[in-house]
Amino acid sequence: MFSFIQKQDTTHLSIPANPDDGTRRAFLGHSGLLLSGAAVALLAGRDALAKGGQSGASDARILNTALGAELEAIAAYQLGAESGLLQKPALDLALAFQGHHKEHADVLAKTIVKLGGQPVAAKEKYTFPVDTLKSQADVLRFAAMLERGAVSAYLGAVPVFGNRELAKAAASILGDEAMHWAILRNALGETPVPSAFMS
Amino acid sequence: MKKSGAAILVAGAVHALLANAAPAAALAHGDPVRGEAVYARCLACHAFAYDRTGPRHCGLFGRRAGSVQGFAYSDAMRRSNLVWDARTLDRFLANPLKTVPGTAMGYAGIADRQERADLIAYLKQVNDSAACRGQRRPPSAASSPPPPPASP
Repeated sequence: MFSFIQKQDTTHLSIPANPDDGTRRAFLGHSGLLLSGAAVALLAGRDALAKGGQSGASDARILNTALGAELEAIAAYQLGAESGLLQKPALDLALAFQGHHKEHADVLAKTIVKLGGQPVAAKEKYTFPVDTLKSQADVLRFAAMLERGAVSAYLGAVPVFGNRELAKAAASILGDEAMHWAILRNALGETPVPSAFMS
Repeated sequence: MKKSGAAILVAGAVHALLANAAPAAALAHGDPVRGEAVYARCLACHAFAYDRTGPRHCGLFGRRAGSVQGFAYSDAMRRSNLVWDARTLDRFLANPLKTVPGTAMGYAGIADRQERADLIAYLKQVNDSAACRGQRRPPSAASSPPPPPASP
């Protein structure tokens, strides 16, 4: 279901769009994260991306929509982390997943540029249904809803890329977000993988 | 000869009129309960009450595509001349990129006719709810529009 925002002042929470670049760098540095094979392909040179030919503009549009959703997810996890509602180990989980979304956003933005597009910027403010977030379980359920939607969004994007390398990279991100969803469901005491197929 | 020629013309015109007036393929009957589950696929980008990566879904029925004030639509959507109803939604959801080439909603679509009908039934049910009707105001009259952020 969904929740309506009743009062602007109390239920729209504004958080910085770029929470903390320093924190981000620290996270990436400490975690020693390595780019996956698909991400490396995504960051391939312009020539490789140009194989998509005239589909480049369309691919850039698709990536930009994905980037917009990734930036929102980063802000959502920031909201959760700063809410005071998450305790360890859930807090660590949220920060780790936020780090993944930051990596996705970084790769997507760079690829959009390589395709000749202009990456969307993070919004100054995001709207979240904060009036429904009263407990750790509420925050985790909200995150799970976003991750589940992200899986479907990437699943719907994979077949429409002109460049198959981009489709592969999107599928890589899809896999990561499906894992987030499953782990969040598990943390909520729900069946982690409720079905054999996603749609 | 003249009479028969005129008769043929009239018959042709009547046939054309009937063809134009004939209803398109009937939409499937949708189940909003099943449609709510289908809507989970939309939740990376959409909400009912406020704009996200995609525009809000409250006030969707009867709304001209690309008309939510403050939302950054693609040029293609703004110029689509679509007005959202069950039929246009069915067409768009089946293949967004074919229906509105250049849309920011880079999504392959929902191939299953029944799933589309279920989703549209759910969208309609929520749009008809008191909570959604309370959200529906002329864009210019909205007292607290969410910040601008792909996309019926």
